[in-house]
Amino acid sequence: MASSDANSQLLGNEAVVTTLAEAEGFFRRFLNKNEVVQDIVGWGRAWSFFQYPFVTACCGMEYMAAAGPRYDYSRFGAELPRFSPRQADLLMVVGTITHKQAPVLRTVFEQMADPKWVISFGVCASSGGFYRNYTTVQGIDTIIPVDVFIPGCPPRPEAVLDALMMLQTKVRNDRRPLLPVVK
Amino acid sequence: MSKLVLSRIVDRFGAAVLSHHSDCGDETALVSPAQLVEICRFAKEDPALSCEMLMDLTGVDYLGLKPAAGRFEVVYHLYSLSKGHRIRLKVELPEAEPKVASVVPLWKSALWMEREAFDLYGIKFDGHPDLRRILLYPEFEGYPLRKDYPMEKRQPLIGPRAGREHL
Ligand code: SF4
Repeated sequence: MASSDANSQLLGNEAVVTTLAEAEGFFRRFLNKNEVVQDIVGWGRAWSFFQYPFVTACCGMEYMAAAGPRYDYSRFGAELPRFSPRQADLLMVVGTITHKQAPVLRTVFEQMADPKWVISFGVCASSGGFYRNYTTVQGIDTIIPVDVFIPGCPPRPEAVLDALMMLQTKVRNDRRPLLPVVK
Repeated sequence: MSKLVLSRIVDRFGAAVLSHHSDCGDETALVSPAQLVEICRFAKEDPALSCEMLMDLTGVDYLGLKPAAGRFEVVYHLYSLSKGHRIRLKVELPEAEPKVASVVPLWKSALWMEREAFDLYGIKFDGHPDLRRILLYPEFEGYPLRKDYPMEKRQPLIGPRAGREHL
């Protein structure tokens, strides 16, 4: 059992942490003092995206081109697409999102564990594109938060790589708490 | 070939065929909704016609082009696999209550096509076993392919998000 004394010693030999609150206090004191730790964590996150490709339409072809050997965005660390939101931290929304599908997209987003980022791939996902009609969501930012929008119908692979690099910059400069805030 | 189909239907049903033409080789008959199922059954079961296949069934909205009594049309395309001929049948339906008997008992393919016409035009098919929306979601209100459906109307299933509370 950890006493508050042992806790304050941070790495004292007898610091056995048994409750979530104790663990949080321990790490928060350790981490928040260390900008360097945030730099390291940001660097690690930026170079190991695990994307969940939410591919619904023709943009998927361009996504495959960007993922394939010629443009190969695994050079940026986004090597493995995961087909379970639980294993992913980057949601790629690729293609047209209809109102009927919107709840599914939101559920997938909510199933992903923090920290998570969203890229809106192509004009359909970003604004509805030319589908200005009764079925299409006029931009997925009306239902989930988006970090980077990629314009184009479909976007060129260079634009996809550019977006990935922009997201990397954003993630490396991210200064959100390293541990989720426990309420 | 299809001329034979048209003439046999006209001979047999006379008054129920309101008008017909053969423009560009497309034999078309506008028939009375009350007689539609009879005519379809004849087209399917008569040995000389034997239209075994309902290729297409679709709705049309003639808002502003036709009087309200004939605003909607349902168009049936029949095809005979054994004889290789086709015929197009149409019925006109009134704006107030667009309703026609279902042809599901004759062709199973009508199951989804009639649901589609119901979904997008609001045309009811009497006797359809399961007349639900097929493309849109049940909460959707109105019929979006009707010409008086407002172009800017949106019916989101989940509302736009309030703030950036996810971050
Ligand atoms: S942006 Fe263009 S290419 Fe991409 S899903 Fe929409 S229509 Fe297809």
